[in-house]
Amino acid sequence: MRILRLLTGAWSWLFLLFILIFFEVWSHVTYGRTFFGNIFNAQSILLAATQILMMALGLTFIIISAGIDLSIGFIAGLSAVTMAVVIRALDPHLAPGWSFLAGISAAVLISLIPGFINGWMIAKLKVPSFIGTLGMFGIARGAAFLIADGATVSIRNPVAREFGNGRVIFDLVPIPVLIAIIVTLTFHYLLSSTKFGLYVYAMGGNYASAVRAGVNTTRLTIIIFMISAFTASLMGLFYTGRFSAGAGDAGEPILLNAVAAVFIGGASLTGGSGTIIGTVIGSLIIAVIQFGLVFINVPPFWQFVAVGLVIIIAVLIDQSRDRLTGMSGQEEGA
Amino acid sequence: MAENTPLVEMRNIYKSFGGVHAVEDVTIDLFAGEVVGLVGHNGAGKSTLIKMLSGAYTADSGKIFIDGREVTINNPRDARKYGIETIYQTLALADNLDAPANIFLGRELMRSGYLLNDDAMEAASREVLDRLRLNLPSVKEKVVNLSGGQRQAVAIGRAIYFNAKILIMDEPTAALGPEETAQVGELIHQLKKEGLGIFLISHDLHDVFDLSDRVSVLKNGALVGTVHTADVTKDDVLAMIIAGKLPEVATTPKSAQA
Repeated sequence: MRILRLLTGAWSWLFLLFILIFFEVWSHVTYGRTFFGNIFNAQSILLAATQILMMALGLTFIIISAGIDLSIGFIAGLSAVTMAVVIRALDPHLAPGWSFLAGISAAVLISLIPGFINGWMIAKLKVPSFIGTLGMFGIARGAAFLIADGATVSIRNPVAREFGNGRVIFDLVPIPVLIAIIVTLTFHYLLSSTKFGLYVYAMGGNYASAVRAGVNTTRLTIIIFMISAFTASLMGLFYTGRFSAGAGDAGEPILLNAVAAVFIGGASLTGGSGTIIGTVIGSLIIAVIQFGLVFINVPPFWQFVAVGLVIIIAVLIDQSRDRLTGMSGQEEGA
Repeated sequence: MAENTPLVEMRNIYKSFGGVHAVEDVTIDLFAGEVVGLVGHNGAGKSTLIKMLSGAYTADSGKIFIDGREVTINNPRDARKYGIETIYQTLALADNLDAPANIFLGRELMRSGYLLNDDAMEAASREVLDRLRLNLPSVKEKVVNLSGGQRQAVAIGRAIYFNAKILIMDEPTAALGPEETAQVGELIHQLKKEGLGIFLISHDLHDVFDLSDRVSVLKNGALVGTVHTADVTKDDVLAMIIAGKLPEVATTPKSAQA
């Protein structure tokens, strides 16, 4: 029983390890060369995982609190487009470094507005988060396309290009990955070691008892939706940096992968459980599957099938663990 | 003299809601180290009465004394200030958190600045649960995995860590099995030894008869009477609940005798 509990607790780690070995062995047998040993492959997988992780990071807070945020896909798009439009407008007048700074600052600030409104609607007006953020999904989408005038906004800013494509630390680590690591550690610390993080778990576990204990659930809800918008906006910044262009639908394809990453990482739809580390593993699993399948020449559409299967397996394992032990995966991997 | 001063006295309490008299001229009291059961049918007024002590309602008229001093309780914060804590059967605990997190929720011990002091909260929780004679294999276990009696202990631990003197326990043994009910009995025994006063509320006499030193019976918003459980049988008290009939040995509140 104990071993079973340990295994179900660590299954996402084991699964990640399993698919890494699987693709590596396949690569050796079929092509006679390494898959992950190749620096380019490793970097590409980490960049893809970073995209998913940036959206999933803030979403982890929301899902632990027993909510959902569907608007982050287009908040990321709004951020990408805002950054591109501001840089494009300022580039003729300012040094590239300054217009870049102005662009990312404006993008993050603009993105926090829908985040704040989400939290306020849900905490104050008692709109269910699924409905409220679905509404914001539409609003942010419209705003993103309006700002970009329905087009992709291209830029020629060397600082932005370096931000999205540069490598640091012996020319090995992509800059977005480094930033993602720092942001992830910060939020991991916030969730696992502070009063704020504890209250997010308490609110998701038993809302009434949190209120009774004096937790300011309104403030907490607004803050976590702003965190969610913030990390989504970072995804938008990386997108515009990487492609030197901002698009309104930059984040839209990533949304469901981000939701999947959080659940694969051990969170439960009913709230109260989930960890940042779990979400990191979930993001890596999806990125490895996507790249691995392409690498072994499986038609790309099988990615969707594979990720879908993993989500269902994740939920099944989570449920069987609840049945086995009455546990849900809060401290998994923490 | 001090021994004759009740920990709590609610005297001539009235409360009505839109012309309906929910509580009419009820006087009850509670001494340190004593358990008083409040029983009666649903709607007899026991919940309304006790909510005026816990601060959820305010009385239309009547007086409340704590340690012999008259007090006004307008909200739950006032009640907490006088050491009154309510233990709810449900709603009280966050199941996904461990015992220390539940005991300290909203009043966490901090290391410095923003860091939670998990070690200190764990040690303090162990201490307070030891006082309640509760041996958990690990205090880091989520409370969802604890038994009903153990969960009850965690909720009580939360109250007594912050120096509650008067506990209100609302249906503490409802939905518990015989073994867990015995655990709660142990807990109450322990709390009495520590000198706490406890109001037990139940619509089921069997739950509270064995645990209470005295029982106050309410019917239709009025006090039928208060009896020592040692002096009467369950059937006597049932007659009070159902027929509003006082047995021969019925006592008035202790303080009124003194």
